[in-house]
This record gives sequence, C-alpha cells and structure tokens, in this order.
Amino acid sequence: MSAARRSKRLTLWGATGIALAFAGALFAAKANAQTVAITNARLVIGDGTAPVENGTVVIRNGRVVAAGAGVAVPAGVPSVDAAGQYVTPGIVAGFSRVGIVEVEAVDGTNDASAPSSVFNAAIDISPALNPLGTPVAVNRLAGVTRALVYPGRSSGLFNGRGALVDLGDDPDMLTRAGLFQYVELGETGARRAGGSRPAAILLFRQMLAEARDFGRNPAAYDGRSRDSLLTRADAEALLRVLDGRDRLFIKVERASDILSVIRLLGEFPQIRPTLVGVTEGWQVAPQIAAAGIPVIASALNDLPDTFEQLGATQSNIGRMRAAGVSVAIGLVDDNETHKLGYARQYAGNLVALTRMPGASGLSWDQAFASITSGPAAAAGVDADVGSLRPGRVGDVVIWDGDPLELSSAPVAIYVDGVAQPLTSRQLDLRDRYLSPVEGDLPNAYDR
Amino acid sequence: MNRISTLLLSVAAVGGLTACSSGGTTAANTAPRSSAARPVIDPNPYPSTYRAYPSVPTALVGATVFDGEGGRIENGVVLLRDGKVEAIGDAGLAVPEGFTRIDATGKFVTPGIIDIHSHLGDYPSPGVEAHSDGNEATDPTTPEVWAEHSIWPQDPGFSRALANGGVTALQILPGSANLMGGRSVTLKNVPARTMQGMKFPGAPYGLKMACGENPKRVYGSRGRMPSTRMGNLAVNRQTWAQAAEYRRKADAGEPQARNIGMETLAEVLRGNILIHNHCYRADEMAIVIDMAEEFGYKVSTFHHAVESYKIADLLRESNICSAMWADWWGFKMESYDGIPENVALVHNAGACAIVHSDDANQIQRLNQEAAKALAAGRRAGITISEADAMRWLTINPARAMGIDMMTGSLRPGKMADVVLWNGNPFSVYTRPERVWIDGALMFDAYNPRLRPVSDFELGQPGEGDVK
Repeated sequence: MSAARRSKRLTLWGATGIALAFAGALFAAKANAQTVAITNARLVIGDGTAPVENGTVVIRNGRVVAAGAGVAVPAGVPSVDAAGQYVTPGIVAGFSRVGIVEVEAVDGTNDASAPSSVFNAAIDISPALNPLGTPVAVNRLAGVTRALVYPGRSSGLFNGRGALVDLGDDPDMLTRAGLFQYVELGETGARRAGGSRPAAILLFRQMLAEARDFGRNPAAYDGRSRDSLLTRADAEALLRVLDGRDRLFIKVERASDILSVIRLLGEFPQIRPTLVGVTEGWQVAPQIAAAGIPVIASALNDLPDTFEQLGATQSNIGRMRAAGVSVAIGLVDDNETHKLGYARQYAGNLVALTRMPGASGLSWDQAFASITSGPAAAAGVDADVGSLRPGRVGDVVIWDGDPLELSSAPVAIYVDGVAQPLTSRQLDLRDRYLSPVEGDLPNAYDR
Repeated sequence: MNRISTLLLSVAAVGGLTACSSGGTTAANTAPRSSAARPVIDPNPYPSTYRAYPSVPTALVGATVFDGEGGRIENGVVLLRDGKVEAIGDAGLAVPEGFTRIDATGKFVTPGIIDIHSHLGDYPSPGVEAHSDGNEATDPTTPEVWAEHSIWPQDPGFSRALANGGVTALQILPGSANLMGGRSVTLKNVPARTMQGMKFPGAPYGLKMACGENPKRVYGSRGRMPSTRMGNLAVNRQTWAQAAEYRRKADAGEPQARNIGMETLAEVLRGNILIHNHCYRADEMAIVIDMAEEFGYKVSTFHHAVESYKIADLLRESNICSAMWADWWGFKMESYDGIPENVALVHNAGACAIVHSDDANQIQRLNQEAAKALAAGRRAGITISEADAMRWLTINPARAMGIDMMTGSLRPGKMADVVLWNGNPFSVYTRPERVWIDGALMFDAYNPRLRPVSDFELGQPGEGDVK
C-alpha cells in the first residue's frame, strides 16, 4: 500500500516540478498553492492570543485571507469541517538542520558543516536542501511546516548563510535562501578564532572591517593574499550582514558573553541581530530587552553542560519573557534534524512550569506562540509565516487534541494551503511490522 | 549539550570481575562449590554504605495510584512506614494513627522511576574532557573496569533526575566504545559524598556489551580489530572462550593468576552478573542471542533496541527485555529504522519493554517519553492502558536490573520509592511534586530546602535555583 502512496506522490511532483523549478522568488506563492477553508475549529492564531471557539480560517491561493470567529466562507471555496478540534498554524522550527542532513553520522548525507572548505560566511546551505530526505516527512507529521535551517561549522568564525524552508511534500522546500548569517561566539567562537574569547571578538570585528573595505571598493579588494581574512565571496556575504540585508544570528550562552555581544553590536548599528542559545539569558534579561534583540533559546536546558551554561534553568525563557524579551524556542544542538516535534513538548513543559513554585514558565497562549510566530518574528519573517493572521502562508494543522499535549498528533496538515499526505517511511515500517511474524512469504513482500 | 555527539562518541568502559554486589541469593551463588584450594575472593570489595534516610509514617490519600505492575486505583491510599510500602488500597483502606496524611486528591502516585541506562556521574556535567570517564576506549574488551570507579557523585544531573523526573534508582553503565565495556552499577538517587553512599544495596552487577557501529568504528579507525561486525563477533567469541576456561579452572580449584576481567565474565557465565547489551539492529540482536546460547550465558536486556519491533516474537521467546527511546532515530545508520511505535509493538507482542534515557536531559522526562510511546502505539491501533505503560518505567527496568524484589512497584514490603505527581504523569503539564526514597522525603517542590545542591553548584550562578 505504501508503494501506491509513493507512486501517487511522484506523479503529483511530475506535474508540478517544472513550474516550481522557476519559482524562486521570495515568498512567492507556490505554483500549487491552494484555496481552502477550515471551519468549526478551536482556532489558535499563533500570535499569543487565546484560542477561539467555532473559528474559521480561509486560505486563498496559499495565503490566509481571514481567520477568526464569525468568518464566512466565500462562495466556491472548498470547506473542511474541523469538528471542534484544534486548528493552528504549523509549527515553525526555530533551529534545525532539516533538509540538509539525512543521517548525522553518514558524512555523504550530512551537509551541515564544511570545516575544510576555503569559504565560510559565503557558504549558503540552500543548494543542499533535499525535500525527499526522510526527516522532512517525519517532522511534517509532527506538525512542523516551516523551519529555520542553520549551517554548521565552517573553516572560519562565521558558519554561513541559513534559510527558511517549508516541509511540504513537493520538490522545492526553499522559502527563502540567505535569510540570515550564522556565527557562534562564546566557547565555540573562541576555539575557532584561535583559543580565546577576545580573539573571537577581534576576528569578528576584523572580518566585518574587511567586508566594509570590500564594499567601498570591490575592484580593489584582493581576498587572495596570505593576510586576507576573507575571500571575495565571504566578504560579499558579510557585507550583506553589515548593511542589514541578511540578519545575523549569533549563538551565545554565558551572561557576560551576551553583554559582550550587545556592546559589540553597538559598533555596527545596521546589523539586525538575533541571539541563539542564550542559556544564561535570564541573568541579563533587562539588558537584552533594552537592546531590543530577539532571542531563540533552548527551552529546557537546566544542566551546567559547559562552564558557559552554569546558570542553566528551565525558567530561562519564562524569566526573559517576563522581562520583556521577545523569545522563541529552538532545538539548539538538540535533535535539530530528526525530532523537531520536540518543540511542542518543550512548549508544553514551559506551561507546566507555571504550576511549579519558584519557577517561571509561559501561558499556553504564549507557549504556542513561542513555536510558531515566535521563531518567525526572531527571523523577521512573521509577516509571512508563523500565524494565521491574514497575509500569512497557509500552513495549517488540525490536531486530534491539545497540540502541546504528548498524546496529540495532526490529523490534517496543509502547507501553502495544500493538503499533505499523512505518510512517511516510518509509518511504512510500522505497518510492515505490526506483527513481526512472517507469513507464506518473507515480510519483504509486504508493501 | 550536543546529545548526538554524545551518542556517537559515547564510549565508556568499566569492567571488572568479581562477584556480584551483595544480595543474598547472588552472594550464595558465588560461594565455591568445591572447598579445595580456591582463593577467597571478596565479591563485594566496594560495598554500599547507603542507609535509608529518616522517614515518618506517611499516608498518601485520594490520588490515582499506578502500582507499577499494571494496577490502577482511583481515590487510592498508599501507606509508607519504616522505609517500606506498608499497604496500598482504595478509599476503604484506613489511615492508621500517627501517619502524616497528605491530601493527594487530583494527583497521581507511582513507584519511583527507574532508568536502566544512564551515564550520570561517569559522563557528568559539565561535560568537559576532565570529566570524560565513561569509556575505557583503549581495548576492545575491558571487562575489568567498573563504572562505579568513575562516578562523580557531585554530578548536578542526579538532582535534576530526582526533581524533574522522579527518578529514584538508576543503572550507570560504561559507554559503548568497547565490545565489553565493563561492569555497571545501580544507584539510589540520593546525594552522597561517595559512590558507595549511593550504591543500591543488594543490586546485582551488570556487564555492558556493545554491538554494531561503535566498537568497529573506534578500533577500526585505529587500524586494529574489530573493524567490522564480523570482527566484533570474533573478538567477543574468543573472549568468551577464554572466560569459559577461566571459569572452569576457578570452579575446579585449579591454580591460576587472578584476572579481574575474567572474574567478571566468569560471573556472567555463572548467572550472577546481568548482560546489558547495546544493540540497535534486529539482525544483530538475533546473532547475540545465538552467541549467548553458544557460551551459556543469558542477555538480560538489549539497550537502544530501536529495531526490537522487527523481532518482538524472538525477544518474547528468549525472555529478553528491550530498553528503548520513545522516538530517537536517524542519527546513525543503525538507528535509521527507529519508529515511535517500537515500545508499544514490543509490549503488545508480550515481550518486556522498557523506556530508557541514555541522556542527562531525557532522564528528567522519562514519564513524557513513555507517554509519547503510548500515544504512538494507540495511533497504530494498539490499546495499552496508562497503568500498563507505567511498567516501562518501574517494574520492567527493576526486573531487568535484578532489583524487582526490592523496588519497582508499590507492593507491601518493598522499598518506599514513591513519586507524588501534581497531575497525570502521562501529561506534558505534570511534574513531580514530592519524591520519597526508602520512605524518606528527598524532594518537595514546595520546600526549597528539599532541593539538593551539589558541591559543584555551590556558590555558582544559579545555586539552589528551581532548575
């Protein structure tokens, strides 16, 4: 039966693949973007507002045109009755390697890192994206419809350019390439820069200075001499950071390092920064809030895994939020390829903390926003993804229960308004082995 | 922490030999059969110094109770006295005079959670190189090392497992770099100055073994055997053959030099040390089952058994437990076929299913991992009750670790290892509210003083925080 499903999917792709190959524009509607309305929903907009009963969301040509209570379904729009179940925007993975890794430990399938490359900041992960990779369908079945995809380590301080992707069952998973540049400071940056934090800060400054030189006079920029820190391609990439065209995602954990970064960024007023990791953020939450820098944090780190995480606590996000920081959840160094669905579990855990004396968590509404509109806002794309407010992409999930609860799962998934197959290689394996006992033929014949 | 790299690099080792720890039956089994000239070997040279902490008679009243063996009682009563479960029943069970009565209405009571696979203490936090004591990755077989000799009792991970996970007992294993990584040790999850202060009295030792990718990668990359799976088996079989000969001489009282590693293997062959075999793939597990038969030993549990669902019938017939993650998959080739229904499929086939962590973070949420596995099973059409699923975290690991006569369920006379949850433990919104170990209240969410702070955390940022 799974063979039948698979061939059906390939047929669909064949029909749309050529058109999609030319559809590279930012946030352009996908060629197969659909029109659909979902009614009778316990509707979660995903922007931190409370669920509304008997809600409707209308998607036209792949975009949300209306969502809420009392929304009428326009004539001619096909309608799906959610039967009172939760209807939400799809989960947005705030930190992931989906699409660029199949099996971490099999190098040929792992395009996250390129430590032997001659390039660093210029490395753009988007050509590696493989929508047929098994983690795409598995994560989609967990309700994840979009993801920020980060490059891993390069030969230099900067990792390269990350992307926003969709997890739809179609041949083009790229939503936007080059959305952000990624750099890791703190202990990791110190190691890459030669051994210390000051060396990393200096290298950061000098690489951007070279990028500025490149920008002032590209023709004069060498980029090949021995004392050049940047190839021309890397300089060009960092120039995009310097003038704010690409956001800069900065991984940093220790409270003092966060303050260092805030000071450093003061020297580069056009940079649009986002902090990632931020395990000790709660200790300097007022300063992060005052700097207006959004945060994508690990949700449940509570161990001093490194000396830059001594203050780790599961109350980190709740405390930052209470201090006015715009904060979202990301699975930083944590099942970031295969188990993006953990974002829901982590958000639920932050709700659980509101019932624990002395702990800080998030309300359910905030928690759900922290895995939908939150990551989108931290990446500056919340006008396009992460909620069901009008104008956003039609990524919608219908759930069989509270979407933050462990027992719940999607019963319908839409990406760009397109209904997604509820299939995966994992389900094929499950179905083959519901009973391991072989019949008249080996179970290799059971498809 | 980067869990994936921890897994991939995971290697630990302990090994050793001698007899098992202490318990009555196991100690008896180590007694020489012929009194002849057999040297007297202390089977328990690093004995437990753990003693139950003071407790008061306590009655938990009104909760939903999962007994850990599949039983569920609504509006139940659980009585704890002198460190033991005294009685368990419905609302008709009277609370005797002198008991501290805790109103547990709307809450849940379960046995303490048991993690059969942990590296707390031998891969502690912070995870710096100086703390990396889990793999004696210098020889493919190191049955001579003992995990207990690596454990750092000040690992902050122990208190997190207690406060967030309700973990009351856990087995610390060597890592998986080696085919035979060494002896495991079972701990009570209490803060202590020494490893002996945590050591579970009477728990048998285990021997960690590892199939598959890790041993062949670690040693193959050094240009030595094993570099293949067939090499893995060859080294294992040769070593078991040596162990059989060592045991034969020892049992016959023939003179031979003490060999610490062989002493452990001989105890495995005598049935006194339990085999905990890291093994992902179904086909490899089947080979290991045959190898165990070839040399006359028994596998207690396959760990990380992501493909157990493919041979659940064989595992049932072999009476071997599977210790599994709820949903980890894909981080290396031998985990590629992992599916979230694995635990439920193994359980449904009548084989012994356990949810384990192998992780300093997931050990804090084993109840949630079980909940995910239960939900995946139900979506596959497999009906398992919450009370039955609780076995995966309590009596099944206890049985696989050889401590089920002492803990793992709320039977009268067993250790009073108990968790009071502030809601259904299969819900994401639930946390432990209080945890008792041998009847002593060791964690109370409402009492900041009952929140352990390890020496390492003292005076550091976040000391005594809720974590």
